Amino acid sequence: MPNLTDLTLAEARDAVASKKVSSKELTSAFVKAIADARALNAFVTETPEKALAMAADSDARIAKGEARPLEGLPLAIKDLFCTKGVRTTAGSNILSNFIPPYESTVSQNLWDAGAVMLGKTNMDEFAMGSSNETSHFGPVFNPWRARNSNQNLVPGGSSGGSAAAVSGNLCLAATGTDTGGSIRQPAAVTGSVGLKPTYGRCSRFGIVAFASSLDQAGPMTRTVRDAAIMLKHMASVDPRDSTSVDVPVPDYEATLESGVKGLRVGIPKEYRIDGAPPEIDALWQKGAEWLQAQGAEIVEVSLPHTKYALPTYYIVAPAEASSNLARYDGVRFGHRAKDPHDILELYEKSRAEGFGKEVQRRILIGTYVLSSGYYDAYYARAQKLRTLILRDFDEAYKQCDVLLTPATPGPAFGVGEKTADPVSMYLNDIFTVTVNLAGLPGLAVPAGLTAGGLPLGLQIIGKAFDEATVLRVGRAIETASGFDAKPAQWWRTA
Amino acid sequence: MTVSKDDVRKIAKLARLALDESRVAPMEGELNGIFQWIEMLNEVDVDGVPPLTSVVEQRLKMRDDVVSDGGQADALMANAPGGEDHFFVVPKVVE
Repeated sequence: MPNLTDLTLAEARDAVASKKVSSKELTSAFVKAIADARALNAFVTETPEKALAMAADSDARIAKGEARPLEGLPLAIKDLFCTKGVRTTAGSNILSNFIPPYESTVSQNLWDAGAVMLGKTNMDEFAMGSSNETSHFGPVFNPWRARNSNQNLVPGGSSGGSAAAVSGNLCLAATGTDTGGSIRQPAAVTGSVGLKPTYGRCSRFGIVAFASSLDQAGPMTRTVRDAAIMLKHMASVDPRDSTSVDVPVPDYEATLESGVKGLRVGIPKEYRIDGAPPEIDALWQKGAEWLQAQGAEIVEVSLPHTKYALPTYYIVAPAEASSNLARYDGVRFGHRAKDPHDILELYEKSRAEGFGKEVQRRILIGTYVLSSGYYDAYYARAQKLRTLILRDFDEAYKQCDVLLTPATPGPAFGVGEKTADPVSMYLNDIFTVTVNLAGLPGLAVPAGLTAGGLPLGLQIIGKAFDEATVLRVGRAIETASGFDAKPAQWWRTA
Repeated sequence: MTVSKDDVRKIAKLARLALDESRVAPMEGELNGIFQWIEMLNEVDVDGVPPLTSVVEQRLKMRDDVVSDGGQADALMANAPGGEDHFFVVPKVVE
């Protein structure tokens, strides 16, 4: 048996099911790996006692022959998912003492399938960020460093803690959420797999809301197969989320190896951007060649409104956020300012003390674009742009079955490098954000390394509720790239 | 359109965010940087285009109009920063 923390989710599942390894052994190995990796700051809250208790329960079920599909498999949960009795902060000071009295549907689905919780992962505050530097609990460091360099790099964001935990072998898999790229971008810059499902595939019940028309939960894993396994057990039709769609959850793993022969893969020409590093273009080209060699047909397509997606997003997402975050008022839960002399001061001070800089900035943008006299110029126009962006995809899908694009405009960058200019930070999501606006599924798959030795990913975008095909294409890329690089474990204390 | 310092103060008030006076000028600059970038949306002709209100093509679900949950006052109060018995306590609102 290799090092237990090196196992993929699928390998661990088979090892536990065949009683080669107990859940207790597996869970203990990850608990230790997490304790040895505090330098990465990937977790806001570690739950080792809970993990070991859940593992003991799993081992008892296995002994009785009552194992469930994810029995005894240790996972990390982004700190945006409410977990009953376990602090859930959303990376914010305003929720730094919040202990949910209920469980999110996605995490409940995972526990019902037998999974074990290792802890809650760090993230950009309220999922607003692309580098995990806006967290109240400090930045997360990317397990990857450039060759011959000691510089700390960001793990992407907002699901940066989950990405670091997956890439650093601190869990078998993790949950993430993706509003503009928050699963796919961190997955890509940490050499991990990240899937944003179709809007409505996973329930949003119990996930701290950022932008409700865009938010979607999804898996972050080391392999495409693991993403298929995770999605099956995260997704459900939930009466507690009115946007959860009544479509049965298929067995994504069953069709994973079906290949791409005869599949039409679209290459959207608007994704070729000026100033992108040549390595990104070269990898994209290589990805198309890999799929072609396996029998796919490559077609050039056009998504003419692509360049308007990011500014559209920076109207829609802050507008929805400013409404969603109105609930944090210091009255019913969350941080409350000391000794306010009236109710208005209670609200204003609690919110000013509780929210960080980026969150405040986005609340102000959202308040402005929704305010009287500006609504039509900004919000209404952005919603119309969204229609045009969705129509672009509808047109493209007349000529192809999936789209292949780069996942990010570059590899991981240095901590502090992009914090001064908000727009330069926002541009990290340039390839991912269109997918959220159109509600489609998107998958980031590691595909290669830069000359400096940092991972880069490709993105596969599918039709609504066609995650099965997206995963199949991802698997084909994974097979062809043979990507198996791992970061050196510089963070280990023992 | 540009955002003025007065606009920043006004939207901070609307958003119920106490914004320190020293933050007003930097915020004015940051917001104008973002809005200038967003201006590019004005190039697009959106006449006759309907706004996208949902990417999910399904009718809003209906459920029976019955009580499905409740009686959980203790759980609801557990995270209240100011609470007595089953009441949220705030500064006096009406004299």
